[in-house]
Amino acid sequence: MQSRFSSAALAAGVTLILGFMVLGISFSVEGVVPTLEVSESHKIIGLLIGAGLVFLLQYFRAEVSKVTAKMKGDGQAHELPSFMRTEKQQRVLAFWAVGALLLFPFLSSRGAVDIATLTLIYVMLGLGLNVVVGLAGLLDLGYVGFYAVGAYSYALLNLYFDMSFWMALPIAGGLAALFGYLLGFPVLRLRGDYLAIVTLGFGEIIRILLNNWTELTGGPNGIARIPKPTLFGLEFNRRPSEEGATTFHDFFGISYSSEYKVIFLYLMALLLVLLTIYVIRRLVRMPIGRAWEALREDDIACRSLGLNPTNIKLGAFTIGASFAGFAGSFFAARQGFISPESFTFIESAIILAIVVLGGMGSQLGVVLAACAMTILPEMAREFDEYRMLLFGLMMVLMMIWRPQGLLPMKRPHLELKRD
Amino acid sequence: MSDSIYYFIQQIANGLTIGSTYALIAIGYTMVYGIIGMINFAHGEVYMIGTYISFIVLAGLTMLGFDNVFIMVGLAMLVGIMIASAYGFTIEKVAYKPLRSSKRLIALISAIGMSIFLQNYIRLAQGSRDIAMPSMIQGGFLLGDPDGSHILISYMQVIIIVTTVICMAGLTLFISRSRMGRACRASAQDIGMTNLLGINSNNVIATTFIIGASLAAVAGTLLGMYYGVVNPYVGFIAGLKAFTAAVLGGIGSIPGAMLGGLLLGVSESLTAGYFTAEYKDVVAFSLLILILLFMPQGILGKPEVEKI
Repeated sequence: MQSRFSSAALAAGVTLILGFMVLGISFSVEGVVPTLEVSESHKIIGLLIGAGLVFLLQYFRAEVSKVTAKMKGDGQAHELPSFMRTEKQQRVLAFWAVGALLLFPFLSSRGAVDIATLTLIYVMLGLGLNVVVGLAGLLDLGYVGFYAVGAYSYALLNLYFDMSFWMALPIAGGLAALFGYLLGFPVLRLRGDYLAIVTLGFGEIIRILLNNWTELTGGPNGIARIPKPTLFGLEFNRRPSEEGATTFHDFFGISYSSEYKVIFLYLMALLLVLLTIYVIRRLVRMPIGRAWEALREDDIACRSLGLNPTNIKLGAFTIGASFAGFAGSFFAARQGFISPESFTFIESAIILAIVVLGGMGSQLGVVLAACAMTILPEMAREFDEYRMLLFGLMMVLMMIWRPQGLLPMKRPHLELKRD
Repeated sequence: MSDSIYYFIQQIANGLTIGSTYALIAIGYTMVYGIIGMINFAHGEVYMIGTYISFIVLAGLTMLGFDNVFIMVGLAMLVGIMIASAYGFTIEKVAYKPLRSSKRLIALISAIGMSIFLQNYIRLAQGSRDIAMPSMIQGGFLLGDPDGSHILISYMQVIIIVTTVICMAGLTLFISRSRMGRACRASAQDIGMTNLLGINSNNVIATTFIIGASLAAVAGTLLGMYYGVVNPYVGFIAGLKAFTAAVLGGIGSIPGAMLGGLLLGVSESLTAGYFTAEYKDVVAFSLLILILLFMPQGILGKPEVEKI
């Protein structure tokens, strides 16, 4: 009992000292004289709360580890609730869910629809990265690079060749896939952790290039006035941008509303997300999908069974990259403005956090995690500052307590009973 | 003619200065990798924390009215080392130790999470803007004609290179002579076997993290004073560069990390001097990709044997 208290007190004391040096003192320079001040009270209070938490965690360590062991669930996959176990029930549920999502934009405000579109973009990114990280087990930290390629492809094709969204979309996806292929071809021979760093470097290279190639990309100023997609050539503007073209509201004889284009973009993003989910669901059941998972579990066993790991990984990498390209085009169309600022490493980390939280390999988990991670920060704007802090903390804690994610992937399987 | 030679030597000197700090940070990567085989992704953040701590100590000493620069820098470095190594130790205990037996991917994600956490923690604590520190050590050695072509090697550059050499010599002595150093080398070869022979591998791993963090704090103090600014994001890029240096030299090899750091520093400074400064980060990352493709074992590393 004595040692339990003293070790907890020691841990809390160390936390206080370590935290005080950084949190407790504010550094500022007035003129040329550096000055130190004791920080604002909320930082000190935060520090004290943190130290208290550390004390409690250490003091009740045995109890805490019991709870966390339960969270880990012995590697057992999580049971779905009873109303969505069979294939038929799932199909009905999916039907209703899609129906609700289709109706959603007509019943809610413009702002909500806009956020929903952003959420769908993240769902797409999460699903794409899930193929790479979750299914194939390749840690890609430069995923945002492909996202940037997609976004800039549409923006540049539109700027220089006046290409419409629908023409640019497949090209953007294709270009991102090509980048994925070109990067993956040499680096996929590397071991896992090298791959992470190389992809991270690749993401940074793309961003630096976009930032410095001012003649082509506009540099840090980015590209503005990217048009929204059209419906078979019908624009959603108040007036047609070209002489002789018809706008959406003229064609259907309804009055103009700026909501139409937001709703349209949302519906298109929803369509693409559904398509993504469908394609990946199919892929997972195909030989290549099974090979991804097999390779993730045991590289050497796969090679001895005659699978070519490089080709299989390359497939995952390229397909994952193409989804990022699609998502990038949507992002460019939604924002109407892109700059290299939107494609920093933080963005890659957020997408990775989505995959990790949802459960690597699990589609439903990733979709729900993407929704949670985009909608929650929007709802709690005052905590925006703490968002990345919490993401980082969550990644560490998830890996320690529940590495398989909240809703891990479940395959039909039999297991031998162990005593 | 002589002009271009002076310019070249100046670039080399600048490169060696930066390169030696990369080497200091790279040691942390390479030692951890050598022993537990994982990339300590949060190492760059430890460097960043070291810089902040030393700035805070320097500011505090200035406020107290100290005027001996060497005592101030020494104290700042010492406190920086203490706090940063405590951070390194804590990071290992919190984020890596529970995951030692799990898959590589899991540990790596935890490390990335830790890195993001620390970066934002500092950002919230000290603000995201640059903090500038007035330079305390000015002047330098001038070679050549002060009005024409010359080489200027500032005292700060000299201090950086000398301190690095001392640290490296100390580390080499520690690794090759001390009991703990021997345990470190043994653990790098086979940690399970070392454990069986009665060496507490937890202590060895903790020591590795502490040494790595201390050297990162030294680099942080020096580079912070050299550049005169710090912000919460310096750790990310510095960490990547140092990792590149570690891979270039051969990850797991300590002399390799030193060599890799110097090579990377010089090549970066030559790129900035002769081509364009904007792309110097691109050069570092491209170098990393090229090395991994064509020489994955690095210059001084041993080729990795896959154990089944």
